[in-house]
Amino acid sequence: MSFDIAMTGFVALYIFMLAGFAGWVIIGNVPAILHTPLMSGSNFVHGIVVVGGLYALFNASTPLEQGIGFFAVLLGAGNAAGGYAVTDRMLAMFKTSDAKPKAAHHHGHGKVHHLKKKS
Amino acid sequence: MLILASQIVIGAADLCAAFLFMFGLKQMSSPATAPSGIRVAGVGMVAAVAASFLYLLTIDAAARPHMAVNIGLAVTALLIGGVGAWFVGRKVAMTAMPQMVAIYNGMGGGAAGSIAAVELFGGRTQGVTQLVVTLLGGLIGAVSLSGSLIAWAKLDGVINKPLRVKGQQILNAVLMSAAVAAGGVIVYGGIVGATPLFYPVTWICVFFAFALVFGVAMTLPIGGADMPVVISIYNAFTGLAVGLEGFVLQNPALMIAGMVVGAAGLLLTVIMAKAMNRSIANVLFTNFGEAAKTKPGAIQGSERPEEASDAAIKMRYAASVIIVPGYGLAAAHAQQKLYEFVKLLLAAKVSVKFAIHPVAGRMPGQMDVLLAEAGVPYDMIFQLDDINDDFATADVALVIGANDVVNPAARTDKSSPIFGMPILNADKAKQVYVIKRGQGKGYSGIVNALFYAPNCNMVYGDAQAVLIKMIEAVRGLGAAAA
Repeated sequence: MSFDIAMTGFVALYIFMLAGFAGWVIIGNVPAILHTPLMSGSNFVHGIVVVGGLYALFNASTPLEQGIGFFAVLLGAGNAAGGYAVTDRMLAMFKTSDAKPKAAHHHGHGKVHHLKKKS
Repeated sequence: MLILASQIVIGAADLCAAFLFMFGLKQMSSPATAPSGIRVAGVGMVAAVAASFLYLLTIDAAARPHMAVNIGLAVTALLIGGVGAWFVGRKVAMTAMPQMVAIYNGMGGGAAGSIAAVELFGGRTQGVTQLVVTLLGGLIGAVSLSGSLIAWAKLDGVINKPLRVKGQQILNAVLMSAAVAAGGVIVYGGIVGATPLFYPVTWICVFFAFALVFGVAMTLPIGGADMPVVISIYNAFTGLAVGLEGFVLQNPALMIAGMVVGAAGLLLTVIMAKAMNRSIANVLFTNFGEAAKTKPGAIQGSERPEEASDAAIKMRYAASVIIVPGYGLAAAHAQQKLYEFVKLLLAAKVSVKFAIHPVAGRMPGQMDVLLAEAGVPYDMIFQLDDINDDFATADVALVIGANDVVNPAARTDKSSPIFGMPILNADKAKQVYVIKRGQGKGYSGIVNALFYAPNCNMVYGDAQAVLIKMIEAVRGLGAAAA
């Protein structure tokens, strides 16, 4: 029994087709309000390229290959980490009106204390 | 046995990553679940990266003596790239998000291109199919890298006008053909075997050089206003490049993630182009600014100014107000003040909604993020299709820093360059106030018929200064009433 993955010809095309279709449908359901985090989030997802960079670097046997492999991992890691950081930050900002007590407290900090003292 | 175990662990981690990426993106279908979506996807990424160190058990014999060095290089690259980008990403201002996304996107494209380069230089590709796919991924990745860097420079203001040479399209076609031809030579060399004439290293360098230059030449002539579409396209390009290199490396996680992102980028590109009423080809190969010459004096009447305080009081006593924010709001750093003003209106029982045009801001959805950052709850934010009918019953439409997206000429004037573009129907409100720096034309240089409409008044001044006056005016009323 082998767990070696072999994808040739049509199997690869099937994977591409299904993934492309799934992506189109999933992304089509994302509301326009989230399009910026969606773009940076999908940006983060293609940061998985860092795995390919690691594979290339581990198999490098000349200084040239090592140099380019290093570059690949460097860029891939930047893509993944940066994409995650900005997406997470943006998504944390989206609040509903229900979450208002917190926001009101934050903005009217001085006032709240003032009222409390009076009463 | 160890090798089998490592294959299972890598396979399982990658499968898990691919699933978590798709699930995470699916969670983005609502702002409530979206934050968990990105975290889930993050777990997948960490698992895949950690598992990839098991590749070390099955590396090429030639690479074995270099193992210690390569591990050192890998850890160093992960730390520098990861930690560096993480801190920049945590600090960057929300208004700078488009250029940040462009940079991260270029990095992904560069990584995919670099993987192609390692495979090519190392002569690891087997058979013509693999060689062609490697080259294709390398080409797209390299174009995405250099193109994204130019997009970054434009968005950041380093390059602030479109640079065009005569016969730009011919030049681009030549550069593209040259890259493809160099790729053809490499494939030919791969079939017949390397000869001095087809010495692969030279041709690989030529190939990447032309691909990189093509990315620059393709992006330089495109105007700043079209950058949202360009970033979307390069996002799709990078996804595609990653997917293709995933095939070369026989890694299904890369193939799936890459292709999902490719489809996502394509869909966003289509949405953006539609919102601007232009074809993708039109964005890439022509320039908006050139067509935007309206004959002067075509519109009768004049703009009528209004005091900020008068406009504010009118809104305070209105039943419903719809706010149309544009990038000018963010440029004036006035989002916080706007929400402060809105909270006063809400306290006075005025119904307030925000109407967002798909191309408001410098990338899709940027205005939504900027409002969210200022604390505006997302249930107050509405997109074009959901709110356009509400303008007819609104007492006041307040337009801040937006111009073309509320220009009724898009509906009526066939000679206007923006004719046919979907717009927000702000002109249908009973009263329209436009906060604007001065009497000049907008970003695209098109005269806005709305400003001359009988139901429209202009509030001149810097958005932040105007909003401060508005807040004071409404607060003053409150004090008087009490």
